[in-house]
Amino acid sequence: MTTARIAAPRPASGRSTRRRAPMRPARRIIPYLFLGTLVVYFLTPIWWLFVASTKDVTGLFNGSAGALWFDKNFALGANLSELFTYDGGIYLRWLGNSLFYALAGGIGATVLAVLAGYGFAKYRIWGRNFFFALLLGSVMVPLTALVIPTFVLLSGLNLTDTIWAVILPSLLNPFGVYLMQVYTADAVPDELLDAARVDGAGEFRTFFRVALPQLRPAFITVMLLSVVASWNNYFLPLAMLSNTNLFPITVGLGLWQGQASANNSGGHSLWGLIIVGSLVSVIPLVIAFLSMQKYWRGGLAVGALK
Amino acid sequence: MWFVLKFAVVLIPVQMAISLAVALVLDAITTRFARFARLMVFLPYAIPAVIGALMWGFLYSPTFGPLQQFFDLFGQQAPFLLGPSHVFGGLMNVVIWQWAGYYMIIIYAALQGIDTSIYEAARIDGANSWQLAFRIKIPLVSSALVLILVFALIGTLQFFTEPQILRLVSNGTITPEFTPNIYAYNQAFSYANFNYASAISFALGIVVFIAVYVFLFFTRKRGSFLS
Repeated sequence: MTTARIAAPRPASGRSTRRRAPMRPARRIIPYLFLGTLVVYFLTPIWWLFVASTKDVTGLFNGSAGALWFDKNFALGANLSELFTYDGGIYLRWLGNSLFYALAGGIGATVLAVLAGYGFAKYRIWGRNFFFALLLGSVMVPLTALVIPTFVLLSGLNLTDTIWAVILPSLLNPFGVYLMQVYTADAVPDELLDAARVDGAGEFRTFFRVALPQLRPAFITVMLLSVVASWNNYFLPLAMLSNTNLFPITVGLGLWQGQASANNSGGHSLWGLIIVGSLVSVIPLVIAFLSMQKYWRGGLAVGALK
Repeated sequence: MWFVLKFAVVLIPVQMAISLAVALVLDAITTRFARFARLMVFLPYAIPAVIGALMWGFLYSPTFGPLQQFFDLFGQQAPFLLGPSHVFGGLMNVVIWQWAGYYMIIIYAALQGIDTSIYEAARIDGANSWQLAFRIKIPLVSSALVLILVFALIGTLQFFTEPQILRLVSNGTITPEFTPNIYAYNQAFSYANFNYASAISFALGIVVFIAVYVFLFFTRKRGSFLS
């Protein structure tokens, strides 16, 4: 109001004040607009997943409300109960398998990574540099390129189509070892270990009582990374397993999707199950992520800055 | 193989530009909304690639996807993003959605690690925000950029999950030899040519290894990853 009144008698200076006044908010709005657009972009599929899982089959395919809003028939409860009972409750079984593989593979990989990383960082073993270079090289070999050779290897040992076929390969995490090595070299000074040894602690005691507490942040980060990697893994279990009772959730949903698109007419109810199933399987990891993001950033900073 | 190479060449710069831009904006403003946005952009990383691909498959769907309904408002036929002419962009969108947040967090973590007294010094020397971003922040996080480039390169060349999932709804656009990994998988489990499939995998591994090594050789810097 005031700028307009001043602007009326003196146009020249008025223009300059008027131009400066909206400039400031505009400058600050642009980043927000940018972020807002991105948030919408990144959230749309998740929102859609949530909305779609509350619809029954007719609502999903011929709903009046559009794909991004709720149908008048709210069927989330019915969908959930169908999901958990379909095919003898196999969905719950898959969810349990996923959890088991993720925890077994993740924790196992972390323990191995801590031990190996500590060894690489603190002991002068014969050939250490050579083996560490070899390890760094294997970080760069893509994991999925190894899936089929691993399959051939494990089928020679008659281990395919057992839980070991999924767990054993996910125990190996060269990037985790690398992270642990970097972190150990930094966070555990040699003097500290020497002091512990002088005080009469054995090597094991030194490791568990002195070194391990220092490594906690890296430990949690490596564990998160490997748990998520095993949980999200698709190619490995897809190749290894053929018994549907052993499938993790990712392969299971992929199987349903294959069945649903194979019989386009009869598969309608299965599409609904896939959507609800996806929603349910996403929830635990999303919660875990949101509650542990502190560790994420800490650990990623370790990896990125070195 | 040509598809993934082309895909990597187009995808990686776009993806890195997006994640770098987001990280810089998030580094510059520190309001509650910025924290919220950071979480939301990162969220897709928590979602398994299989489910991400499934969701986008539905969203692209011409029968009940929102894309078609949006175009219906104008009486238009939506492009089928998994059709032969659009599959490139369609898959790129899925991958960017899935991974940009993760790369963003890596860059963001590196940005947060920069000593802020450098910014003050630059401000006193008269640098504006753009100069600050391009002359100081980006060079200082270059090792993080190299790291995510390597990750992206490895990930893209072994592209498997998304096309494998979307294959079934793509009406045959995504063929059994779409990417090296899909080809190897089909050779192994549809035709039982395990040895040939292993050879494909191994060749892919070697290609990736050489690509990454050459790349790191040219961007080599003292103190960076694999110095």
